Amino acid sequence: MSQTFDWDAVRDSLPLLLQGFRVTLLATVLGTLVAAVLGLAIAVAGRAPSRWVSVPVKTVMEFVRATPLLVQLVGAAAVFTSVEPLTIGIVVLGIHYATYTSEVYRAGIDGVPKGQWEACRALSLTPRRTWQAVILPQAVRNVLPALGNYAISMFKETPFLAVITVQEMVFEARKYGTDHFAYTEVFTLAGLVFLVASYPTSLLMRKLEKRLGH
Amino acid sequence: MSDFFSTLLDEFPQVRAGLWVTVEATVLGSLLALLLSFLLGLMAGSRLLPVRGVSRVVVEFFRGTSLYIQLFWLYYAMPQLTGYELTPLVCGVVAFGLNYGAYGSEIVRGAINSVPRAQYEAAVALNMTPFHRMRKVIMPQAWVQMIPSFTNLLIQLLKATPLLWLISAADLMTAVEHVRSRTGETLVSYLLLLVAYFVLAYALTLLMNLLERTAKRRLGLHPGAGSLLKTRTAESAATAGGTR
Amino acid sequence: MATDSASLKEPAGSAPAPGTTGVEPLVRFDKVVKRYGDHVVLDELDFTVKRGEHVTLIGPSGSGKTTILRLLMTLEKVSDGVIWVDGSPLSHTRKPDGSLKPAGEKQLRESRKKIGMVFQQFNLFPNMKVLQNITEAPVNVLGMEREEAETRARELLDMVGLAGKVDAHPSQLSGGQQQRVAIARALAMRPEILLLDEVTSALDPELVAGVLELLGDIARNTNITMLCVTHEMNFARDVSEKVLMFDAGRVVESGTPEKIFTDPEHERTREFLNAVL
Repeated sequence: MSQTFDWDAVRDSLPLLLQGFRVTLLATVLGTLVAAVLGLAIAVAGRAPSRWVSVPVKTVMEFVRATPLLVQLVGAAAVFTSVEPLTIGIVVLGIHYATYTSEVYRAGIDGVPKGQWEACRALSLTPRRTWQAVILPQAVRNVLPALGNYAISMFKETPFLAVITVQEMVFEARKYGTDHFAYTEVFTLAGLVFLVASYPTSLLMRKLEKRLGH
Repeated sequence: MSDFFSTLLDEFPQVRAGLWVTVEATVLGSLLALLLSFLLGLMAGSRLLPVRGVSRVVVEFFRGTSLYIQLFWLYYAMPQLTGYELTPLVCGVVAFGLNYGAYGSEIVRGAINSVPRAQYEAAVALNMTPFHRMRKVIMPQAWVQMIPSFTNLLIQLLKATPLLWLISAADLMTAVEHVRSRTGETLVSYLLLLVAYFVLAYALTLLMNLLERTAKRRLGLHPGAGSLLKTRTAESAATAGGTR
Repeated sequence: MATDSASLKEPAGSAPAPGTTGVEPLVRFDKVVKRYGDHVVLDELDFTVKRGEHVTLIGPSGSGKTTILRLLMTLEKVSDGVIWVDGSPLSHTRKPDGSLKPAGEKQLRESRKKIGMVFQQFNLFPNMKVLQNITEAPVNVLGMEREEAETRARELLDMVGLAGKVDAHPSQLSGGQQQRVAIARALAMRPEILLLDEVTSALDPELVAGVLELLGDIARNTNITMLCVTHEMNFARDVSEKVLMFDAGRVVESGTPEKIFTDPEHERTREFLNAVL
């Protein structure tokens, strides 16, 4: 059964894969956006003075973080049948990664010296002003590399979306592979696309991390 | 609903078998990953450039090409290319091992680097061989640092095992999927599945925290009270996820 | 090297080889240069230490004293020049064309056999209890029987006044106690040369005297050659026969403690002593 690498199949499938890659990128960018915003909200809610807010938030977050993304995706797609798969993919990716990014924000918030909170209280700032003007600007300053790394990580998990029929790169690869019995070529190609896209980005993040002095 | 539970009871042997496959893939995959972590992590600290280079390339390759692709490549492409076929479970174990081994090597490398240089110097002053220094002085201290990050990685690996469903490995997800398709109870099925993975993740965390506690005690450090039930927090989450 | 007796009174250094007269210095720095980038730490440094001598290195911080000890312990590489220990080159030899040929791991380990070191921060191994800290290297490096090594370790712990701490973790000991264990650990390897790198600097003031007293005992009761970097001028005066005053990577002045402390010749020495005494 063994056969050699078919370069024609590579040339043939590349346009399809790149077309799927655009969906992959879209899902990554929007998913990261959701994760960045929601993560911040979770981090702030986790610090809410009322236990009725902070405890449920933390519990749900723990649960989402400790359970498989794939099950969450498939489950959400099966329950919300009327929603478009790509939307479900972006939202689920975003929520799942928000549980990671919220930890990054939390560490940033914890890193703000206690004196800053005390100074706010001494100036009788409202909680809203305290967060908005004092705490968050200091907490969020150094989270960029970590968010970037999670974006790369999410990027490499976007193939999961193929399972719920989002037509991203791996979906296209698999389809071409089945149609032409050319799995070797398409999966090798898809892997290389991931490598070529993620490696330089992760180098960039490392550089950014160093510059910010982590 | 009652229909669901009777079907579940009916299918219990399959579900139990699926659970066993999931546990097997997790344990074997993480053992392979652990082995590769140390191999690649130690190679990364070598004095010889070619050795360091090989480690770097292997690590970046397996981190960069997505676990999903690696699994599919092993399952679909390898038989086509080589005529040699692996069982789905072995595919899973190898892919998990390679992918998480690459991430784990960074944990090993980082932990070794985090042992104070003074410890190395004290070992040199006692005329220990390089191997002896690593085995008796550096590694025992680095190990304690590695455990929290390894815990994280282990949970990540567990969370990746439902991928086995896609290559028909008859894991837990496959079994519950079957119950779902028989009953049509979508919400309950998936919630049950999530809870099952959550329980598994917590059990693993508990075991790893016990391990960490033992290792810390051996260093004469006092593990904090109540630390057994803690899940991982930002720093370790950032090392497992952040270096991807 | 004698291994039959565990007593500290034994001569630690081996007898001079036949043919030599014993005047060959144990340690000789031959135009040793150490640079970090453009910064010159040691500048063509020449000095010798005789067998059994107790030498104190003094001088302002940054004058290169600690670097000398670290070079001798092969923790750093020289930039130029050769260090001789007991007639053999320590870490590298000079090729005929004048360039340096670094020693391999094997030769380095041969060189380190004669030398022990005690560090400013003790550097005990936190993953080993006190006893194992002391026995680990004798058993695994010297190939000593575990029982013999443990007997010897207990004797050494007794000598440093910590007989009761055999099973303690380093983290359970005070700084002074940790430093005593570190001294016992170094002695357990029966070094001919003991390097002491500011061994009291990290200690609380009330713990300094005990450690210094212990080192004084060792100096009086053994033949171990000692090179000591310290800011404790009393120690320099009481224990050493020779004081080397360093400045800017060179020996500015050397002599007996009495001479250096009471009648220094060099202006830099006077300034330094005025500042620290």
